[in-house]
Amino acid sequence: MTSSATALAATPPVRRALLRSVSACALLFLATLALAPLAGSTQISLSRALDPTVPFAANTDAQIFFIARLPRVLAAALVGGALAAAGVVFQALLRNPLATPFTLGVSAGASLGAMLAITFGPAISLIGLTTVPLASFIGSIAAVAIVYALATARHRGFSTNVMLLAGVTMNAFFSALILFVQYFADMSQTMRTVRWLMGNVDVAGYGSIAAALPLFAVALAGAATLPRALNLLSLGRDQAEARGVNVLRAQQIAFISASLATGAAVSLAGPIGFVGIIVPHLLRLLVGSDHRVVLPCSLLFGGAFLVGCDLVARTILAPIELPVGIITAVIGGPFFLWLLIRRSEGRE
Amino acid sequence: MLSAVDVSFAYAMGGGGRHRFARRRPRPHVDPAVPLVLEGVSLEIPAGGLVGILGPNGSGKTTLLRLLAGMLRPVSGCITLEGRDVAGMARAAIARTLAVVPQETHPAFEYSVLEMVLMGRYPHLRPLQVEGPDDLRIARDAMAMTGTAALEDRRYDTLSGGEKQRVVIASALAQSGRVLLLDEPTSSLDLNYQLEIASVISRLNEQHGTTVVLSTHDLNLAASICRTIALLREGRIVASGPTRDVLTPDNIRAVYGVDADVTMHERAGHLSVVPIRLSAPVSGRTPSAGRLVGRDVSPAERS
Repeated sequence: MTSSATALAATPPVRRALLRSVSACALLFLATLALAPLAGSTQISLSRALDPTVPFAANTDAQIFFIARLPRVLAAALVGGALAAAGVVFQALLRNPLATPFTLGVSAGASLGAMLAITFGPAISLIGLTTVPLASFIGSIAAVAIVYALATARHRGFSTNVMLLAGVTMNAFFSALILFVQYFADMSQTMRTVRWLMGNVDVAGYGSIAAALPLFAVALAGAATLPRALNLLSLGRDQAEARGVNVLRAQQIAFISASLATGAAVSLAGPIGFVGIIVPHLLRLLVGSDHRVVLPCSLLFGGAFLVGCDLVARTILAPIELPVGIITAVIGGPFFLWLLIRRSEGRE
Repeated sequence: MLSAVDVSFAYAMGGGGRHRFARRRPRPHVDPAVPLVLEGVSLEIPAGGLVGILGPNGSGKTTLLRLLAGMLRPVSGCITLEGRDVAGMARAAIARTLAVVPQETHPAFEYSVLEMVLMGRYPHLRPLQVEGPDDLRIARDAMAMTGTAALEDRRYDTLSGGEKQRVVIASALAQSGRVLLLDEPTSSLDLNYQLEIASVISRLNEQHGTTVVLSTHDLNLAASICRTIALLREGRIVASGPTRDVLTPDNIRAVYGVDADVTMHERAGHLSVVPIRLSAPVSGRTPSAGRLVGRDVSPAERS
């Protein structure tokens, strides 16, 4: 299509973008989800795994597929999608393209919660599966609540500056508390904590995924109402208000749904870095900045991205399975630097 | 059309958080010790008017504009838009009648010009509704009116200051309101862009009947396009009325403390203000100091 044909098109660009970009991302997402469980250190066959004539107990392919790999792939898809979408929302809310889902202290709060559970949790060896995620979710909500209270106190609505400063402070403060708790931990607890902090989607079974699903659903329902308001909020609070956005309500929904998604993701998989910034930026380069397109695309692409990263983590040093957080950090660090350089070049 | 009736305003200190979940903006709870930013301001903006709000820095121009846009709620008095109190109107309802152009607009992300203009359709769309061909036509009309049609596919952040301002005006026009409020529309622009924006504003007012209110500290901009002017000083209107009656050496001295020549500039076809020197300090330079010519609009005249 030539540019003049685009200029004279009678359809608003967002319609074409929604159709093309979102469906492309959806296809990628579904393809990744279908193929990723088949790959791994052991070759398995999908037809044998799904063969109903072989009893499950005797079907090794089915066991590897359904017990070892599928939960991990589903967790990666959920966590990746949630973190990428939360990144988009936080970047618009804070009017700062370098914001991440962890900028406001969510991950530090979650880490402290997880560490307290690992170090002092009494029944840790019995129900370790549920205490750590629960404690980390409580930690993340506590951090978010403090930032929310600070950002809305003594201000007309939200102050994004106060929010950013409060988030940075919470991150530092919780990190100090983490060191404090760390001092009382023994070797094995410390080891578990370090492993948790790396970020890993190696969930045991479907229980924790099912527990996190309602949280993701609520966050998604909130985020679905936001995209047009996010477009205007990214121009500035006053502009948004002048165009008819109920700014305070939009900010509340944005803050709460993005925090909920982040808290649920971190409690499920630990603080997996960089997904929440790489994916939104990559997609803005590919599909433009309209949040009606970027938000669903980030959700889908983020899921596919983390499933892909986890596939690398599972296979690159097979039979050793690395935590996926290491892979995203190795990709994310250089990407982040490239982004900074690109941005500062754009400014001059 | 749009009027302020005996409006006073002060920025509330603290306490704002108490009403966080109130659906409508509450009247600010004001400590009597906090100075009023605006005091007893009454202003009537007729349909089709082109009104300038003038005054030195800190005189309350921007605050008055934000009050008129319903973005702030007065401590006392009220703002009415087509007969309705804006304090009771939903944001989107206000935005369908009245659009605001801020001094500068810096998006956090890269949007195309068309995307920026289409954002003006916000108050007309239902949640989750996507713009249709009608919205696109309205946006293109707005771009034609502001001379930005050729920029449609450009990225907003690559435009010049004057182009950006015209795009933001186009976005405001896409709201299909009848009133346009502009805050210091030319203050950050070079001379050529200042003229460009001034001519866009007059054209909108004359050819499309848009009611325009603009705040500015540029007396010559106001002289060149505004039919009526309200002069603000320290939060009070000290003179208001037709440009010719308000823009006088006496009023300029009273408001700015500057001796100025005000003459009809024949080639420009409007009054021109040339500041000569700071006037000698007069005893009692308070807002109540007399020597103000021009007329305050009395309630009887407003109807």
